[in-house]
Amino acid sequence: MTLAFIILAAATLAGALAAMTLRNLVHCALALTIAFGGLALFYLRLNAQFVGLAQILVYVGAVAILIVFAILLTRGIEAPQQAIFSPAWVVGAAVALIVFGLLAGIILSSKALPATEPAAVETTVRQIGTELMTKYVVPLEVVGLLLTAALIGAVIIAREENEPK
Amino acid sequence: MTLPAYLILSALLFAIGLGGALTRRNAIIVLIGIELMLNAANLNFIAFWRYGPNPQSPTGPVFVIFSIGVAAAEAAVGLALIIATYRHYRTTDLDRIDSMKG
Repeated sequence: MTLAFIILAAATLAGALAAMTLRNLVHCALALTIAFGGLALFYLRLNAQFVGLAQILVYVGAVAILIVFAILLTRGIEAPQQAIFSPAWVVGAAVALIVFGLLAGIILSSKALPATEPAAVETTVRQIGTELMTKYVVPLEVVGLLLTAALIGAVIIAREENEPK
Repeated sequence: MTLPAYLILSALLFAIGLGGALTRRNAIIVLIGIELMLNAANLNFIAFWRYGPNPQSPTGPVFVIFSIGVAAAEAAVGLALIIATYRHYRTTDLDRIDSMKG
């Protein structure tokens, strides 16, 4: 395990843990941004440059900002000493531990996983674009329709209902 | 870097997101946990694509691009729902939004 992988993994996991355990909501959102950035760097390491940049554009640039907006719009006048974990948190933590144990057990005991890194092949944006427009054009159009419907729906749901009184 | 290292990392991220989504009281933090789980799955995809038999075909990145798009749409709708619920209940605490509890 090279040093770069260990440092990057530590930063990403620290960001994810902080996002799930901090009390202040804006701190959680910023820690999540660090986790997203770490994941983008992992995509660059794995020779998926377009995905890494799309991760930064979409997740860091849009989803994280949206989360911060939602946090600021739903700020209540809550008591600062309120519990942040629900009373049955042991069950949730146990489920997460069991899931991780199962996954790690399967990964470590599998004999079918290749252990050596194959030679890096250049996957250009041109190839991705060609595939998107020829082989995957139907999913592309469907995702476009989905995004339009989702954003129009989100605006309608979050709108103030101003009925004439 | 070996493939199992990436897979263990993605499993850890998934478990952290799952634990947070199941235990936190604030609805927005639950949504952050869900986004972490989706990101862990994306990392899994790219790791398998890179170490798989076809690292030159663009199928891996294309799948993950679609996954990122769908996750962004779901985050937008989820946050709109939270804002609408807040407007009604004046709180985002999931333990207090229990009017449908049996």
